[in-house]
Amino acid sequence: MEPVLRARGLRRHYGADAALVRAVDDVHLDVARGEAVGIVGPSGCGKSTLLHLLGGLDRPDGGEVLLGGRRLDTLSETAAARLRRGLVGFVFQAFHLMDELTARENVELPALLAGVPPRTARRRALGLLERVGLGDRAGHLPGELSGGQRQRVAVARALVNDPPLLLADEPTGNLDTAAATGVLRLFAELRAEGRTLVVVTHDPRIAGAADRVIAMRDGAFVDQTVLTGRV
Amino acid sequence: MGRILLVARLAAVDLRRRPVQALLLLIAITATAATLTLGLLVRSVTDDPWERTRAATAGPDAVAVAPDFASLRTLAHADGVTETGRPFPTFSASLRTRDRTANAVVHGRDTDPGPLDRPYVTGGNWIRPGMVVVERAFADALGVRPGDALTLGGRRLTVAGIAVTAARAPYPSSTPGLVWTTRADTARLAPAPGARRQWTMPMRLDKPASAPAFAARHPGVRAAQDIGVYATSELRLANGALLGGTWALVILSGLCVALLVGGRLAEQGRRVGLLKAAGATPALVAAVLLAEHLAVAIAAAALGLVAGWAVSPALTGPNAGLLGTGQAPTPSPGTVAVVLLTALAVTAASTAFPALRGARISTTRALLEQVRPPRRSRLAGRAVALPVPLMLGVRIAARRPRRTVLAASSVAVTVAMTVAALAMQHDVRHKDAGAAGPDFVPGAGNPVTERVSQIVLVLSVALLLLAAVNAVLTAWTTCLDTARPAALARALGATPRQVAGGLVAAHLLPATVAAIVGVPLGLLVHRAALAVAGGTGGGAVPLAWLATVVPVALAAVALLTAVPIRHAASRPVTRALTA
Repeated sequence: MEPVLRARGLRRHYGADAALVRAVDDVHLDVARGEAVGIVGPSGCGKSTLLHLLGGLDRPDGGEVLLGGRRLDTLSETAAARLRRGLVGFVFQAFHLMDELTARENVELPALLAGVPPRTARRRALGLLERVGLGDRAGHLPGELSGGQRQRVAVARALVNDPPLLLADEPTGNLDTAAATGVLRLFAELRAEGRTLVVVTHDPRIAGAADRVIAMRDGAFVDQTVLTGRV
Repeated sequence: MGRILLVARLAAVDLRRRPVQALLLLIAITATAATLTLGLLVRSVTDDPWERTRAATAGPDAVAVAPDFASLRTLAHADGVTETGRPFPTFSASLRTRDRTANAVVHGRDTDPGPLDRPYVTGGNWIRPGMVVVERAFADALGVRPGDALTLGGRRLTVAGIAVTAARAPYPSSTPGLVWTTRADTARLAPAPGARRQWTMPMRLDKPASAPAFAARHPGVRAAQDIGVYATSELRLANGALLGGTWALVILSGLCVALLVGGRLAEQGRRVGLLKAAGATPALVAAVLLAEHLAVAIAAAALGLVAGWAVSPALTGPNAGLLGTGQAPTPSPGTVAVVLLTALAVTAASTAFPALRGARISTTRALLEQVRPPRRSRLAGRAVALPVPLMLGVRIAARRPRRTVLAASSVAVTVAMTVAALAMQHDVRHKDAGAAGPDFVPGAGNPVTERVSQIVLVLSVALLLLAAVNAVLTAWTTCLDTARPAALARALGATPRQVAGGLVAAHLLPATVAAIVGVPLGLLVHRAALAVAGGTGGGAVPLAWLATVVPVALAAVALLTAVPIRHAASRPVTRALTA
């Protein structure tokens, strides 16, 4: 079966000569539809850079990325943005919610950017907020929400265009244990419904819930473990 | 002492790190200081040429004109009159040079003009039989010099000299222009068709200051003060326009400083946090910003003083009908103090409040977030029905209402002053078009309207320069502040073009409203200026002129903001998100 996401010989280097940093170095990766992949490794090993390359937020220096069978790395910024709208949802460690927009407005934003009519976008956003347990917080600003609630809003936002692939960068990195547990439960649900997940994490509980865990060091994959357990 | 040194050192480091911002601030305050200097210098010399001319020509306190000699004889014995000159014949006659024809007022004078009202010869000699002396501003308009021949009242005469007088306002403040001939020659000249011979008598009063009251009591008498107002009309217009325009420039430079501070706070949030984490107090953080801006303001005030002083000869020189010094007026200590204090006050007022507000936020928040959290606006929610670029634009504009208002105010003031300048230019054209007929020299310029045009040009250049600086600063500040939301919008599926469109809309939407408001505001400013100057306008400003201002202003805003917006919209997403 054609993988949802494929990377071949992916490279991203910063600096030059003695100061050269190989953030991502010759990475090969296939992620099958419905698969949950955890990427672990020490800070600065290139996990986040890899995630940005896989989602088309950054351009590789070499290699190729195929998203839904289309080369992402050669697309123009505009074409890449259009491809991302339908195929990828992002969840960031720092939530990256718009401070001046309510939870509902934050969630519906990617739908509006994709050209979904405002009423439909609002309906979808409210449905997703209900699903992540924040139906009663739809009108609240991010500053009025806890860290866990903000991250759940971010997850709802990532799902609003119903993308087949969800890329998450340390989704529990800024959360306390209780809040992280809520987000973990959400990811488990997404996985159970067959959503493709690529999660960069330090959290062994998220890694443990993945189908496959990839360990990174110095920009390269150093170990891959296929797991069968479930959270 | 150590604290002052620390503030100075931090301020110096900051200035070195941001040369472009320092330069923009320098330009803004220099333009204001230069215009203020010009306005003050013009004001300081407005009355000088008139007083100098009065002194040099033994100018009378009042001048009487009557149809018969007997009336003047009676007037010479009126209360308050201490001395009179010998009445001389006055009439209008046709004057023709080699290539120009215009009417002239002929004064038939003695070859020795006497102790009162002695025209001051600036070139050639005083009148002799068969010769004529031409008032200097009129000679300029006619293009005649001593030795030239002309035909006056049907007789051919030679120009003996060029002179100035304080007994009559120079051409074209009073028309027709003035020439002097001997009494004998005057009797031989033919008056212009319809003109009648009259008599003129210069007078000295016991209370020169009461000349206007004396003139009001006696028909046909004109006070020296009244003549002086006409004689110095271009300097008075220059003074009024420059000081009026300076207000607009002060407002614009205040907005400029405020925008700059806003940008710095958006850019420096983390640095503020780091300074505070290292032990700096909010006051120290604010003091560093204030010290930087005040240092630039002092330099700008000095530059503005020099620039205003250098340009001043072009605007402070009297017209040819009065005696100038030939030197630029030197700024007095008072002028220096006013310019310096204005520059410092505008800078301090625009810097202190936002700097203190920014510095007062908690250290952790400054380290983690932006200095000022964006403002929630109802507009943000209502914008969803708009096309994506407009929706993003409304949200960007609404998240920083203070900055949006500052930028819009800058556009409104600029458009208002541009409209006022256009209206003034229309008045000038109207006035020039009306300066036709036998009393005007065909093809000769009008020094009064030319001076007004020069000032309008100087003010317009300064205003547009400041407005351009403000537009660039607004774009720079907005792009800095929206770096993360713009990157996030792109991560969520917005194309670079949509983000660029949003940033353009964020500037153009408030600018459009401001430009539209600026048009009637400018007409009001013009009307108020006319009311203050006691002048009359040139009628309604052509609608086509007004209709052009708004699109031109918007095109200028779009052009000036294009580079920062293009840069912001194409900035790598990951860099902005991880910064």
